[in-house]
Amino acid sequence: MGSSSIQNNQLQQWKEDAIASPGFSEFVQETLALTKRLFIQLQRRPSTLAAGIVQPLMWLILFGALFQNVPQGLFGDSVNYGQFIGAGIIVFTAFGGALNAGLPVMFDREFGFLNRLLVAPLVSRFSIVIASALFIAAMSLVQTAAIVILSAFLGAGLPSIAGLGLMTAIILMLVLGVTAFSLGLAFALPGHIELIAVIFVTNLPLLFASTALVPLSFMPRWLGTIASLNPLSYAIEPIRYLYLHSDWNFSNIVMQAPWGDISMGMSLLLLVGFCGGALALTYPLINRRIA
Amino acid sequence: MSQPAVVIKGLQKRYGDVQAVKDVSLQIEPGEIFGLLGPNGAGKTTTIRCLCTLALPDAGSLEVMGVSVVSNPRQVRQRLGYIAQEVALDKVLTGRELLELQAAIYHLPGKLAKARIEQMIELLELTDWADKKTGTYSGGLKKRLDLAAGLLHQPDVLVLDEPTVGLDIESRSAVWRFLRQLQAAGTTILITSHYLEEVDALAGQVAIIDQGEVISSGTPAELKANVGGERITLRIREFTPLDEAQQVSEMLQGLPVVQEVIVNSAQGNSLNLVVESDAEALMTVQKALKEAGLPTFGIAQAQPSLDDVYLAATGRTIMDAEVAAASKRDMKKEMKQQNMKR
Repeated sequence: MGSSSIQNNQLQQWKEDAIASPGFSEFVQETLALTKRLFIQLQRRPSTLAAGIVQPLMWLILFGALFQNVPQGLFGDSVNYGQFIGAGIIVFTAFGGALNAGLPVMFDREFGFLNRLLVAPLVSRFSIVIASALFIAAMSLVQTAAIVILSAFLGAGLPSIAGLGLMTAIILMLVLGVTAFSLGLAFALPGHIELIAVIFVTNLPLLFASTALVPLSFMPRWLGTIASLNPLSYAIEPIRYLYLHSDWNFSNIVMQAPWGDISMGMSLLLLVGFCGGALALTYPLINRRIA
Repeated sequence: MSQPAVVIKGLQKRYGDVQAVKDVSLQIEPGEIFGLLGPNGAGKTTTIRCLCTLALPDAGSLEVMGVSVVSNPRQVRQRLGYIAQEVALDKVLTGRELLELQAAIYHLPGKLAKARIEQMIELLELTDWADKKTGTYSGGLKKRLDLAAGLLHQPDVLVLDEPTVGLDIESRSAVWRFLRQLQAAGTTILITSHYLEEVDALAGQVAIIDQGEVISSGTPAELKANVGGERITLRIREFTPLDEAQQVSEMLQGLPVVQEVIVNSAQGNSLNLVVESDAEALMTVQKALKEAGLPTFGIAQAQPSLDDVYLAATGRTIMDAEVAAASKRDMKKEMKQQNMKR
């Protein structure tokens, strides 16, 4: 083949030092490179983005219309069902995106592309998780913006600036935790069929067993108990509260669970706990030596 | 003595109830091309998976440049380049984008990465294709890009699993030429192959592996010399009837120079003769055929090949072993087991 030399002396020299101990900057380097790949894919397959934005908006319009004539007051302090469902759809959309994050990784694994990453001296395989989470988070924030804007047009109003900031933080945490969970599955399950099955039985049940579509007070007690343990509810209720109250603080009660009142701060803490738990569970799974 | 590039001792690996590797030991000296030869399903790929930190061995030790694969996988990864049998590319990325990703996961600093990517693109003659999506590449191009990616971080040891399976002849010889260049530049290379001529053409050292065990090793010349004798392939007719072939076989076995005759039904009942290393052997056989009034469609004499080495060690040809293995194997089940087991 070509006539240029095969060895690179500078590289040889660099290698001697590099093998010793990589640090945080190398972790950032590999994470950003993996994230970049996902964004290039999105850029060259823009239909994913288009569908990702249209779908939650259709949810918003259709669900809003479906329950339009529900008597006022049934859905707490919300002016109308459209306003009530907005928070649910924001969270459900972010959750759905993150839950599916493992699929491309599973396909990478099945096509052998993942081996490229597994034989590389990654500082930590968490870079694969973080890269997916960053990508899904960016997608979710774009989707959220679309939902917030359409909701505003439909008369749901807007949260305060600080409220929007907190909403962003809630979405990021949920996305990180669920992405970690999904990637853990992508490393642990035998193939994409099994992963799709798990996604299937997780996705909608978690939606229905949360406060996304109806408030806790509306549910039979058993379902209310489940919904008040569902991490989705801890993301939905604070966002719903932010929509209704422009002056909020962390001690505001956002959910009245059968086993006690949950404050905004408590809700966020539980979300952080969920996120940390998911990451801790994922760690041993992604570090397995798989085929 | 310099430190060996790769040392594998007593490797064992089981997937479910399949003992993929029973006992593999080998040593690779720096700067040599080492060929791991065996039929499909012999345990070559599993051995390589263990070496490349993709699978955890059940028993045995593996070292790359003196570093333990099991206890120090990250350092081993920095030193190894791995080219899988199936080229796995992201078809949406361009060749250059793939190389950029590869450079980043090996932590090459920006400037150095850029220079090295240019160098590899030029070296593997990818200049015209580097900025096109890999989904548009031919098989040979994909392999070249894969080689560029595997070599980007300038590994001390390059591991290639069946490097030319599925390539056309031209691409195959291009890969061979390139591997020789690479060796000349000082890289240690381990290839697996079930192509005899590939290992024969490239490797300085060979280990023949069968059913998870190394059954013979040495230089190709040593292995062939140990088998001894020379080979004559005889075709009486283009397609010889089996009974005729067997009759001739019996007749030829009566000749003192002939040690063994095998009827090869896979090649139109041709006769494979093992004869004494004697210049007269060919003529003796031809004379005997003439006297019996038999025609000769083709006759050729050759030195023993690595296939003969394999045949002598296992009692079957590599081709036979593959056919047998293919009918026995349940690939789907194996994949599943591989995926589920650590």
